[in-house]
Amino acid sequence: MSENKKKQVLSEKCLGIQPSGIRKFFDIVSEMKDAISLGVGEPDFDTPWHIRDEGIYSLEKGRTFYTSNSGLKELREEIARYMKRTQGIDYDPIREVFITVGGSEAIDLMFRAMINEGDEVLLPQPSYVSYLPCTVLADGVPVVIDLKEEKEFRLTAAELEEKITDRSKILVLPFPNNPTGSIMTREDLEEIARVCIEHDLYVLSDEIYGELTYGSTHVSIASLPGMRERTIVVNGFSKAYAMTGWRLGYACGPEEIIAQMVKIHQFAIMCAPTTSQYAAVEALRNGDEDVAMMREAYNQRRRFVVFKLREMGLPCFEPRGAFYVFPCIREFGMTSEEFATRLLKEEKVAIVPGTAFGDSGEGFLRISYAYSLDNLRKALGRLSRFVDRLREAEG
Amino acid sequence: MTTLTTLDEHVLAIIEKNSRINTKELAILLGTEEKEIRDSLVRLEENGVICGYHTMVDWDKTGVEKVTALIEVRVTPQRGKGFDEIAERIYKYPEVNSVYLISGGYDLLVSLEGKSLKQVSSFVTNKLSTLDTVIGTTTHFILKKYKDHGTIMTRKHEDQREMITP
Repeated sequence: MSENKKKQVLSEKCLGIQPSGIRKFFDIVSEMKDAISLGVGEPDFDTPWHIRDEGIYSLEKGRTFYTSNSGLKELREEIARYMKRTQGIDYDPIREVFITVGGSEAIDLMFRAMINEGDEVLLPQPSYVSYLPCTVLADGVPVVIDLKEEKEFRLTAAELEEKITDRSKILVLPFPNNPTGSIMTREDLEEIARVCIEHDLYVLSDEIYGELTYGSTHVSIASLPGMRERTIVVNGFSKAYAMTGWRLGYACGPEEIIAQMVKIHQFAIMCAPTTSQYAAVEALRNGDEDVAMMREAYNQRRRFVVFKLREMGLPCFEPRGAFYVFPCIREFGMTSEEFATRLLKEEKVAIVPGTAFGDSGEGFLRISYAYSLDNLRKALGRLSRFVDRLREAEG
Repeated sequence: MTTLTTLDEHVLAIIEKNSRINTKELAILLGTEEKEIRDSLVRLEENGVICGYHTMVDWDKTGVEKVTALIEVRVTPQRGKGFDEIAERIYKYPEVNSVYLISGGYDLLVSLEGKSLKQVSSFVTNKLSTLDTVIGTTTHFILKKYKDHGTIMTRKHEDQREMITP
């Protein structure tokens, strides 16, 4: 036995993946019992009662079995109708729409279905934490595009073109954006679409915050000419309907790609939770008013947070989507992590450092406004006090 | 009838839940000037759209004894006056909280607050039932308030989310 070479227990690929920066911060926060938080990436609203009730009703009716791998037909039909009425895109509910365990599963599946070893994934950052590790796990090569504050963290055609090589295959388009709150207008997207078509790029359009835009409605890149056939739209119920815990998302796109994604999903997951799927049918059929109510509440808080940040002299552009504000803290000469850690220790406010979403988040904080006004008022009051103290110390 | 602007509607929606919010903060939340908010409030008050600013009190959490009753009242409507005159006679009593004209099995729903069961029943037997046009009453005493004016009284809302999530 002793002569046998010791087995490498763990996958090197997996070991090579850095734990999420948010995780590290979470560990510090969890030791502080009385901290107040602006660090959460999910709605503060409960799932609307009629949607929960439909889930409960489905359990009472004994709908406790697997659904088809792709998900309930009636849910896929509702999603196809939703895509038609909001974006004007026709998807075949049978072959071009399928239900996943949260939007995150769809992200993972698209990479695994499309990437051959060495294919490059163009990844604008700051952005959600899972694109990069999922690319690596699928043997892809992440090519990060650092978004600029001057451009309000939008992606420009020039920035994209600069990073394109012969191996470029997928562009991740994470708008409305977590953590910056940035959105892409139709004109912004038209520029990107031109580059994608010219360089034969496929797009992973993560539209999970698509219902949460302020002052304009969300445009999906898949609705632009020539883009439907090269785009997988990822969306879900978590943010719009306050259904994070139900773990339900979906993907829409060309049959050729969707079929392969469903194949992996079938072996890894079987099907998304049945109860959640019944609740989601109700959400799409009768949930528009709830979404409008929550959007208005977020919009009011967004104005409040931006006002308060500017009042305390922290520069931030006006975010038009999701529920985050991304203020700049460069003037204090510390890293985002130092700032966030000191804020937590000295004022007991938990805010996620921008670097949790990529190196280009350095010098910024992600403030979530998915909180009651009272909570925002209190937490921002403490942040203001902290900022004043830092400035005083600097003289 | 008062036609509401979009701003009016938003102002009303907010202050219906929190009447203590100040005009400065309302202006920030709704992305407008404080003057616009003040003008809107003055107009809505003058038109009687805003008819009061009250405080919700959960007396059950105090030692103060209060009894609330809902009373169904059946009446004979009067020629030319319908139910208005009898409703007015009833709502003039200060202990009466609300009077609604109701469709269905009875006519008026009266809610009433008193210090004790005895006080409420004495009001019903001596004052309400003896009114000329009242044919009959049914009194329901409220045992527990679960939700009132859209506010859940029985439990506090707690944030059950993790402190930090991506």
